[in-house]
Amino acid sequence: MAITRDEVLHVARLARLALTDAEIERLQGELSAILDAVGKVAELDLSDVPPTSHPLDVVNVLGEDEPRPSLPVGDALANAPSREGGFFRVPAA
Amino acid sequence: MIDTLRLTAEDAAALLEDGEVAAAELHGAYLEAIRARDEELHAYLTTVDAPEGEGVPIAFKDVISTRGIETTAGSKILAGYRPVFDATVAKRCKQAGLPLLGKTNMDEFAMGSSTENSAYGPTRNPWDPERVPGGSSGGSAAAVAGGLAPWALGSDTGGSVKQPASLCGIVGLRPTYGTVSRYGIVAFASSLDQVGPLTKTVRDCARLYRIIAGRDAYDSTTVELREPVEIPAAEDLRGLRIGVPRELNEVEGIEAGVTDAVRRAIDLCGGLGAEVATCELPRSVEYGLACYYLVAPSEASSNLARYDGVRYGLRAEGNGAIREMYERTRDEGFGDEPKRRIMLGTYALSAGYYEAFYGQAQKVRTVIAREHAALFERFDVLVSPTSPTVAFRLGEKTENPLAMYLSDVLTIPSNMAGLPGLSIPCGLSDGLPVGFQLIGPQFSENTLFRAGHALERALEFDFVPPRLAAKDRA
Repeated sequence: MAITRDEVLHVARLARLALTDAEIERLQGELSAILDAVGKVAELDLSDVPPTSHPLDVVNVLGEDEPRPSLPVGDALANAPSREGGFFRVPAA
Repeated sequence: MIDTLRLTAEDAAALLEDGEVAAAELHGAYLEAIRARDEELHAYLTTVDAPEGEGVPIAFKDVISTRGIETTAGSKILAGYRPVFDATVAKRCKQAGLPLLGKTNMDEFAMGSSTENSAYGPTRNPWDPERVPGGSSGGSAAAVAGGLAPWALGSDTGGSVKQPASLCGIVGLRPTYGTVSRYGIVAFASSLDQVGPLTKTVRDCARLYRIIAGRDAYDSTTVELREPVEIPAAEDLRGLRIGVPRELNEVEGIEAGVTDAVRRAIDLCGGLGAEVATCELPRSVEYGLACYYLVAPSEASSNLARYDGVRYGLRAEGNGAIREMYERTRDEGFGDEPKRRIMLGTYALSAGYYEAFYGQAQKVRTVIAREHAALFERFDVLVSPTSPTVAFRLGEKTENPLAMYLSDVLTIPSNMAGLPGLSIPCGLSDGLPVGFQLIGPQFSENTLFRAGHALERALEFDFVPPRLAAKDRA
């Protein structure tokens, strides 16, 4: 399953990756080969098989809605590359 | 004089208990070993000089958040990141009094089977420094095998505890999904990630699992253990029904020396009183790898969306708008393998492909779980090699992602089904350790420990790499 350069660029945009030209070229080849290999799952007719999203039979774990102390603002900002007051600072949107 | 190459965690605990060694002295002996040998092995990314705790020291894979101690997940994008909280497993080890020796090297974001994908350079195998320790928990495995930690924690998504344990000649457990908290673990593929112990013996493995396992209010996917963890003592396998899945033992690519060592271990199981019979896992092995390489990258592409240069980690410098900052930060911060998997996962989840790829892979996952469940009506344990090969040379598989992915072909199927798996060393091939994988139904850790311990006693495998033992004597 060969994927095109445009498809690589489209997926890179979705994934927010500014790839270099060399990376785009390499990924085009590598992704085509990997998709060929994983495309094998299509061989099986599984129309009557339910999907598994979680390996344990656990559903809806409910808890009491009680306020508890949470991360102090100073801690939450401690690793920020840039901050101002109680906020993360980012370039213009 | 403490021989860190030979000392098990259990022995170390006994020395501390009897007052023969002080905790600081024990910790010091490991730091000394790290100074002497880690320049070559590069098992550690960070060491801790002033530890807290009076127990047996431990090393953590750098995917485990440690308050105030740098946690990088082997990635440049998290360089300098100091978590403001402890992962639950770190907290539990602290509560058990285990002082932290340091944080160990790993494939970036746990993506890899050789630890060569670390942004901080590869770790080397204590048995042969020209070879990889396996991965992604290669630093933890090398630390334990190389006498640089009595025991360690790793994490396992597709085989990242079992496979490096195998390649380094030690014991590794991938626990039943949901028995160990993922709170504070840098996420890769959330429906598969589990933290597990890497140790020199099965008894050490059970001791460490007992410390970390159990429900955690901070991780709603965790459950209470069905029975307390037992430290194994029995030396026979009477009454145990062992299945040998043909495909897991005969798939193309298993080295002859690996097959031989595993065959001898299986024969030994019979001698210890187990009932051994062959069985089949046809679709799990044939489709397991493909299923994994759709599910795991899809989940990874979502989990790794958080690295955007805003709240923590690297931010690319520049004058552009926010979108450009995101894209450049991620291009500069991620290495080749995370980029490959983010791209693959994003593609598999994108409009028009979702059902054919991710949706279909989730159905294959059901098929794999059912195939295993059917076998556990007849067997208590399934066995196979852990890895198709012994430790391979650095650089041997880095140019071909698909060849590297095949390293996990034998560990992935049971992982997809959420099953526990134990790897114990069962012999040597060309002077390098071979791992023996024992798989059980969910929550069967006690059975795996019992079987693994009895077999370990009978095999009498020496976990000290001869080249290091020789060097120590010189």
